[in-house]
Amino acid sequence: MRNLAALLFTGGLSFLLLVIVSQLNLGETPMIVGQRMLNEAGAEVGAANIVTSVLLAYRAFDTLGELSVLFAAATTAGLVLGHRRSDAVPDPDGGFILRAGADLLFPLLLVVGFYIIIYGHLTPGGGFQGGVILAAAFFVGVLGRPGTSLDHGVIIFIEGFAGASFIGVGLWALFAEGQFLKPMLETGTVGDLVSAGTLPLLSLALGLKVGSELAGLLTALSDTEAGEP
Amino acid sequence: MIQLDFVTILYVGGIGLLAIGAAGLVICNNFFRILLALVVAEAGVNLLLVLVGYRGNAAAPILGFGPQGAQMVDPIPQVLVLTAIVIGVGVQALAISVLVRTYRSYGTLDVRELKARFEVDLAAEMGIESTPGSEAPAA
Repeated sequence: MRNLAALLFTGGLSFLLLVIVSQLNLGETPMIVGQRMLNEAGAEVGAANIVTSVLLAYRAFDTLGELSVLFAAATTAGLVLGHRRSDAVPDPDGGFILRAGADLLFPLLLVVGFYIIIYGHLTPGGGFQGGVILAAAFFVGVLGRPGTSLDHGVIIFIEGFAGASFIGVGLWALFAEGQFLKPMLETGTVGDLVSAGTLPLLSLALGLKVGSELAGLLTALSDTEAGEP
Repeated sequence: MIQLDFVTILYVGGIGLLAIGAAGLVICNNFFRILLALVVAEAGVNLLLVLVGYRGNAAAPILGFGPQGAQMVDPIPQVLVLTAIVIGVGVQALAISVLVRTYRSYGTLDVRELKARFEVDLAAEMGIESTPGSEAPAA
C-alpha cells in the first residue's frame, strides 16, 4: 500500500516536471543577467573564468556565507562524533599496497590541488575543487595508516588563518573602496596568471579553508570506532 | 511524435534521477539508504539546474577558451550548482555522523524499530508512562 502510494507520488512528480520542461524552450535559455556578466566580466573583474568571477566577485559575500555553512557542518559533525575512546579496538592495518600507494599519491595530489586553486581564475576549477583535492591528499595518508591522525592544531590554524584572510581582503576593500569584498588591485590582462586583482588571493584562501575543513571532517569520520556497539 | 534530441534526453535523465531519489526517500526503511536516495535526488536537481543554462553549440564560460565570437552558456546556474554541491557535502557529512552515533547507540538503522525505541526512550526521559502507539511492535 505504502509502496503503491510512493510510486503514484513519484509518477505524478515526474509527470509534472516533464510537462513543465516540455513548455520550456530547450537549449534557448533567455539570459539577461548572465549575458551582461559574460559581456562585462572580462573588463570589470579580469578573470578569464566567468564562473570564478561570479563566485568570488559578484557573489563573494554569498561564498563567505557558504563557507560558514560548511564550517558549521564540519564543527557539528566533529562534535557529534566525539573522540575515540582509548580502549577502543584499533582499526586493521591498511597493508603495504595501500601505504605505498598513499605515499606515491600524496605529492601528486598536492601539486594538482594547488595548481587547480592557483589557476582557478583562468581554467575550470577554483578554490572549492582544489580544496577538495588537497583534503584528499592528506586523507589518503590517514586511510593507508589507520591509527595515525592529522595534527588538529595545524588544521585549526590553517582553517582560521584562511578564513581570516578571506574576511581581511573583504575588509580591506570595505575601507579602501567602501564595498565589502569588492575586487581590488589592477585587473591586468585577461588570461595572465597574475591578473584579476585580489581574486587569486580569495581563491587561495577559499581553497585552504575548504581543504582543511574537509580534511578535519574526513579524519573525524575515519577516527570513529567501528564495529558493534 | 515527440522529437528526442540531446537536450531532451538530458532533461529526462535529470528528472528520472530526481524521481528515483524521491521514490527511495519514501520507500526505503533504512536510514542509510534514505541518505543515499537523498544524494541521488540531489544529483538530479543539480543536473536540471545546469541544464537550465544550456545553449546549443555554445562554449564553456571561459574567455579565450572557445572559438572567437562563439556564444557562451549561462554561468549563473553553474555557480549555483557549485554552491549546492558543497552544501550537499556538508549535509551528507553531518547526516553520516548522526547515523554513526545512532548505530553505535541502538545497533540498528531501521526506521520503524528506531521510531519505537525513540518513543520509549523519550517517554522514560520525560518521566511519563509510555503508551505504545499503533505502530509499535507487539512486545
